[in-house]
Order: sequence, then C-alpha cells, then structure tokens
Amino acid sequence: MNIFKKLFKSYKSGMLRRILSSFSGTLGLVLIALIIIIAIFAPQLAPHNPTKIDVTNRLAGPTAKHPFGTDHLGRDLLSRLIFGSRIALLVSLPAIGLGVIVGIMLGTIAGYSGGTLDNVLLFIFDTVRAFPPLLLAITIITLTGGANLLVLIIVLGITRFPGYGRLVRAQSAQVSKREFVMASEAAGSTTARTLFKHIFPNSIGPVFINAAMDIPVIITFAAALSFLGLGVPPPIPGWGRILRSGYSYIRTSPWMVTFSAIFLVMATLGFTFLGEALRDALDPKLKKSPQLQ
Amino acid sequence: MAQYTFRRFITALATVFGAMVLLFIMIQFMPGNPATILLGPRASPEIIANFEEKMGLNQPIYVQFGKFMFNVFQGDLGKDILTHRPVRELVLNALPYTIVLAFTGMGVAAIIGIPLGAFAAAYRDSLLDKITGVISVSFITMPSFVKAIVLLLVFAVILKWFPATGGGEPGNILDQLYHLILPMAAIAIGWIGYIARLTRAVVLDELTEDYVRTARAKGVSERMTLYKHALRSAMVPVVSFIGVGFGTLLGGTVLTEVVFNRPGIGTLIYNAVKARNFPVAEGGLIIAVFLYAFVNMMADLSHGFIDPRMRTE
Repeated sequence: MNIFKKLFKSYKSGMLRRILSSFSGTLGLVLIALIIIIAIFAPQLAPHNPTKIDVTNRLAGPTAKHPFGTDHLGRDLLSRLIFGSRIALLVSLPAIGLGVIVGIMLGTIAGYSGGTLDNVLLFIFDTVRAFPPLLLAITIITLTGGANLLVLIIVLGITRFPGYGRLVRAQSAQVSKREFVMASEAAGSTTARTLFKHIFPNSIGPVFINAAMDIPVIITFAAALSFLGLGVPPPIPGWGRILRSGYSYIRTSPWMVTFSAIFLVMATLGFTFLGEALRDALDPKLKKSPQLQ
Repeated sequence: MAQYTFRRFITALATVFGAMVLLFIMIQFMPGNPATILLGPRASPEIIANFEEKMGLNQPIYVQFGKFMFNVFQGDLGKDILTHRPVRELVLNALPYTIVLAFTGMGVAAIIGIPLGAFAAAYRDSLLDKITGVISVSFITMPSFVKAIVLLLVFAVILKWFPATGGGEPGNILDQLYHLILPMAAIAIGWIGYIARLTRAVVLDELTEDYVRTARAKGVSERMTLYKHALRSAMVPVVSFIGVGFGTLLGGTVLTEVVFNRPGIGTLIYNAVKARNFPVAEGGLIIAVFLYAFVNMMADLSHGFIDPRMRTE
C-alpha cells in the first residue's frame, strides 16, 4: 500500500503528470513509446526478413501477405519500415548525445575562462554554424568518401554542437559570476573542481530541453541524407532510403512513399509533441516561443 | 546603429572567412589524392603530375590557401571538371531559382500565416483556433522533403494539375511561375504553421497589455483594438522571426529543389556531389555560405533596428 502511495505521490508532483496533462504530450508519449517498442521488438514484429529479395514479386501492392506491399526488389515494405525505426533511433540519439557532450564541454570552458579562449571557441561555433547544416553534412560525407552509421552520427553531431555550445557558454558565463563560484575559488578549489562541481551542474539545464526538441530535427536530417543517397548504406533499411525508392517509383507504386512518409511523420510528430511537453513541464517560461528547425 | 552595423558586418566577414578556412581544411583532409579521385584510379603518373601542376596541387599548403582565398574574393570559383565551364556561371544561373523559391515561399507563408494567427488569437479556444493549432504543428514537424513528395504525388502524379519537375522554360515567365507553384507550396506550408503560431502567441501577449485596456476603455471596437493596436505591435517579433527564418529556409530549399528537380543551388550542389565534380560542389557551397551569412546578418540588423536592446549584445 505504501509503495502505491509513494508512486502516486511522485506521479502527482512529477514530470509524467505534467506531460500527460496535455493532449499533445500524451499523444507524443504514446507515439514514441510505440516507436521504441517497434524498434526493440523489430525481429518479432516484422512479418518477413527486411532484406530478403524476391524479384518475382517486386512493386506488389498491399496484400494479406505483404500488408504494405513490396519494394522495387520485392522486399516486404512493412518489415523494412519496422527495422527502419531502429536505424532512426540508432542514428539520432547518439548524434544528439555527441552534440550535447561536445557542446557542454566546449561551452562550459568558453563561459568560465572568458578572454581569448572564449573568443576562439565562439569563433569555432560561429564558423561551423555559418554553413547551412544540411549542406555541411553533405560536404563532410562526400569528402570522407561515403557514410556509414558512425560517420552519420559524427556528422549530425557536428551540425548540433555549436548551438548547444553557445547556449552553455551563455549560462556558464552567468554562473561563473555567482557567489558560490567565487567562494569555491577562494576556498582554493582546483579549476577542474570548480568547473565540474559548480559551473557544470548549474548551466546545462537548458541544453537538455533543446536536445529533446532537436531529436525530430535530427531524425529528419538523417532521413534527408538517406533520401539524397548519403545516409546509411544499403541494404540497411533506413526510412529515408525507402522514401527515396518510393520517390523513384512514385508513378507506378505510390504506396511506397505513402507508408514510409507515415512512419517518418509519426516519429517526428511524436518527438516534437513530447519535446514541447517536456519543455513546458520543465520551464513554463519558454512556453510561448516556437522552435526553429 | 552605425557602429552596430559595422560590428555585425565585421562578424559576418569573419564567419565567412572562417567557413572558407574550414572548407579548405576539409578538402585537404579528404582521404586519397584529389588528382586520382578526379582522374580515376587508372590515370598514369604523368597525367597525375601534369594535373597537379596545372591545379597547383604540388605547391605548399599556404600558397594553395592564399590562391584559393584570392580567387574566391575575385569571384573566380574555378572550372567545372566535366564541361570546363566556369563555376561562377553555373552558380549565377542557379542562384535566381533558389532566391525566388525562398522569397515567394516565405512571402506566401507570411500572407496566410499572420492573419491566421491573428484570428486564432482573437477567437481563442474556438474550433478555428484548435484546428489551426493542430494543423500548424503537423505541418511544422513534417520534414520538408516529405511535404514536397506528398504534394508531388497528389497534385502532379494523381491529379496532374501541375508539372512534376523542372524550373520551367527559361525566358517564359508564365511557364516558370507554373513550375514554381508546387515547390513554393511545399516550403510555404511549414512556415504558415510557424508564423501562425508565433503571431497567435504574441498577439495574445499584447492583448493583456495596458494600452489595449486603455483602447477598450475608450470604446475602440474590438476589431480595431486587435488589428490597429495589438497586431501592429505583434509585428515586431514576427518580422524578425521571419528574417531569422530565411537562413533555415535556405537549407530546406535544397531538398525541395532536388525533389522537384528544380535547377537551383541545392540541385547544383547535390548533382555535383553525386558526380564527384568537386569544383562545382565547392563553388556552390561557397555561395551558399555567403548567402547564409548575408541573410543572418540582415536578420540581426533588422532585429537591432526594430528593437534597440538587441544592439548591445
């Protein structure tokens, strides 16, 4: 009984309740839970092997055996889309993680140190941001001679870290001027200790809200790169690649683009709703400002 | 203001310079020898040596970098390795298509989005407000190339109302407009959502201000209060938001252009990258960076012009 009371209490005061209190937050949570379940249980859920080619049955329409039809190589579209959810999560979450880690590290250093180092780091942030992100990704992937999962994660992380870095820098520059930091310095703490114990925990909050809001953006980016033929290599079933083949056969088999677009939109919509609900729950002050992609 | 403008201009120049350096470094670190990449693996050593001599690849890095920068600021972007046409010509041909697409897309979005947001604010929590809210978010989150593909599927493939691909016959304005409609719609749809949501939020904020209460107390009609007073001051953040949005928009046009096979900067870079035609890809990128920096600078300047507090940061 006690446990239930405790659970109820934490629910009542907690984030989950605040997220579930809005319709879009609930919808976002449901969609994302669905996608994560699909990704985890892909082998059990997929009716066919996603890479099994059956050319005699190519570009078939939806049937009982292939509910979403087959692609240009006769592969089962539903199975490919189910496995594609793994790729979407496997690329976007580590890429965001990388961007956040690098951004926080450089941003904290810039904000705390000030002076020349600060200016150099700011210049690096702004230089990377001077490239339109998609074009930067296209350039790096081409110059490194094609993408694999790792390259994709790194490239997408690179397009994100300057934004987080600038955000953390602004925060940590403010925090560095606070009394408790001075107290820590006066007490003879090492720079590392001041950074990690005091500045760091007090300046990274906004980054996490931003990162959550960035997940759909990164999923879109990854899909866009795959769509351009620069994403995960075949035969890995990424959503963008499936969309690309659907685009090539749009006149004869329009269901390919339709179903792959539905999966992609489900993911971006879910993460956007969840991200917004999370932001409203954590920081109601930001509620009114819409996000730029 | 003059000092702020000058400072912002210097920052923009510095960023562009940094971006050029980064681009040059990236090209240097490209795995493999550029000569063998461009000439193919079976090129003989003499051909490679000849090529390196011609392209200046055997000179020290700082000389290569100096030449690179000098050429860029002279407007010389090199030559297309396939057709030997100057890259500058290719880029200048493609540029208008991209600019027209971005401006008309944003223009249409503003014309529809601002009134929609104002209505949604005026009739807060009405059915119209809720529908606008749901539709805006859905359109905002839908990736731009998915919107483009859906429009292509519905209006070009199924209904056959509009042409599917191309930029229209050069010189024929009507045909070009006809080809512009679908790509423009693909871009505008998402921005209608952004602008409507922002306008709604800002107008709602303004409606709680004292001057609105004064207007109402004086007996000004509700409509006049909304349009003449609240919407007018709400325009400040909306306009600067649109300015900042242009930078983001430029990235989005790349995919839209590729989907509709429209001959803009995005398609140019994409095709060059696919064909490993590096001088063209590089030239296109340089122009994109210049454009991006310029647009962002203009957005910041308009920000500072509208809201003096911005100038100090």
